[in-house]
Amino acid sequence: MNDKRFVYMDYNATTPLHPEVKSLMIEDLEIYANASSMHEAGRRARSRVEKARAAVARLVGARDPETVIFTSGGSESNNTVFNTMYEIGKQGKRRKIITTAIEHPCVLNAAAHLEEEGFPVVFLRVDDKGRVDLEQLARELDPAVTGDGGTLLVSVMAANNEIGTIQDIPRIAAMAKAAGAYVHTDATQAVGKIPVDVEAWGVDYLTMSCHKIYGPKGIGGLYARKGAPLEPLIRGGHQEKGFRAGTYNNLGIYGFGKAAELAAAELDGYRARLGALRERLRAGIVERVPHVRVNGHPTEVLPNTLNVSFPGAEGESILLSLDMEGIEVSTGSACASGSLEPSHVLLATGVGPELAHGSIRFSMGRGTTEADVDYVLEKLPPIIARLRRMSTVAACVDGVDASGDERAS
Amino acid sequence: MSDAFEWLYSDIVKEHFTNPKNVFDPDEKFEADAQGIVGNIKCGDQMMFLLKIEDDKIKDVRWKTYGCASAIASTSMLSEVIKGMPLREAYGIKPADIAKKLGGLPENKIHCSVLGDKALRAAIDSWLEKRGRAGEFRGEDAVEICHCLNITDKDIEQAVKDGARTWEQLQEATKIGTVCGGCKGKAEELLHEFVHIYGS
Repeated sequence: MNDKRFVYMDYNATTPLHPEVKSLMIEDLEIYANASSMHEAGRRARSRVEKARAAVARLVGARDPETVIFTSGGSESNNTVFNTMYEIGKQGKRRKIITTAIEHPCVLNAAAHLEEEGFPVVFLRVDDKGRVDLEQLARELDPAVTGDGGTLLVSVMAANNEIGTIQDIPRIAAMAKAAGAYVHTDATQAVGKIPVDVEAWGVDYLTMSCHKIYGPKGIGGLYARKGAPLEPLIRGGHQEKGFRAGTYNNLGIYGFGKAAELAAAELDGYRARLGALRERLRAGIVERVPHVRVNGHPTEVLPNTLNVSFPGAEGESILLSLDMEGIEVSTGSACASGSLEPSHVLLATGVGPELAHGSIRFSMGRGTTEADVDYVLEKLPPIIARLRRMSTVAACVDGVDASGDERAS
Repeated sequence: MSDAFEWLYSDIVKEHFTNPKNVFDPDEKFEADAQGIVGNIKCGDQMMFLLKIEDDKIKDVRWKTYGCASAIASTSMLSEVIKGMPLREAYGIKPADIAKKLGGLPENKIHCSVLGDKALRAAIDSWLEKRGRAGEFRGEDAVEICHCLNITDKDIEQAVKDGARTWEQLQEATKIGTVCGGCKGKAEELLHEFVHIYGS
């Protein structure tokens, strides 16, 4: 019998601390001073905050560190942007919000809330590879066609958490700017995995999260271009120039700074190494497991993310079977709420519910090795075969090529 | 437990999920006297039961499912329990009885375990029907939902089997909730559950 390995392939959910982040944070546990205090200890704590801010700004190509504010994470950053749009739009005529059907729930729910408040909201379609329909965007941005007061915000995620598809943010931003709209991108999954550059992309707002880049949880950031409106979500003291109240989370911020510095330094190596591991896993699954569908875009995709549908086998059963072999992944189907809702992202790409219920996301990271990939390739095929053998559903489902290759073209 | 960490489910569930009993093997010859299939793949789970029946007793059983770990484990347990059992007794088994035998299921997974007994009842119903004994066991373990009109969960189930999919259609079929309306919440819950089981 083979030795059981522990293989973590859920890096898009969260990442372990980078060892250097961890040792820095252990040392910095001693720093207790309030970074807003005027005395020396406070000033020291504050200067470390500003050093971290500069590192985070550099990671996303922001020239001026002051354009970055610290938040509690991606959800807060996204909500801050949508709340700002609410404050602007409630007084004006220009109040249309354009986002996509595949956003993270915090953007979907923030947008849905604005819709309840009377804002016109459009959720753009995506194609079968998860890319936003730019023709639909062009139509929706054209006030002559839609007959509204104009678009206030276009919010499109840079890369999708479930299928890894990367959007053409520079093009989307240019289209939105031409229509006079503000542009936001939730780059939670993109930062640290692909080059992110707020200047080159031309966005007004960009959301980032620290725990996806080997830093601590409970800390994130929001880039807001100089001059872009910003309303605080949390009111209180004058921290972050009044845009985000609350005593500075020293330790989280220091960890974020270090994680950002390392992510920038390691980015090229990460992309090359993870891209090769992803291809090894993809090719191996397609070769060893018949009748699979690889979801997402073939080239415009995060180097670490692979989403595969296994028709005939149910997602949770696959997940728990892998879990028993020490392999940790996630599934697009949440069989927990009583409604058995399959992934909204997969459904939006046209994957039917019968395929979406049997989909697995493998998301790799810094710690993943070739041996880990090979271990998954050894353990996965018999699990799928076993579940399919006891299944009422045939493995051949529409949309999956019998050759077991990616989607039939 | 050998592992150093707790599993999502009880050890019994884990055992039945890992080594499910009486799963239908496509290569074996199993000449079933009765077959029942419920659930909808679009909703994420589907269940099939095959029975060999002799003298109104379940002689042998096989099943297949497209479902999560709870569905697999509870159906495996159910298949063990009903072997040799009189049809009438097997017909009355409730998901809660099986969940108890499994050492409990997480609250949000109970709904995943209800397909097995529904598929079993569907198989028994079809067997009875072929012998001119349709509906013989129905109503014995019924729970009254609408106290004004004495409408039971079985009546709601039958209405859904007959095609009711919305509250209005259910009311048309059963007149439920047309007097005091106090049962509406519970009845809608059941309607939702049965629509999931018998497909939309």
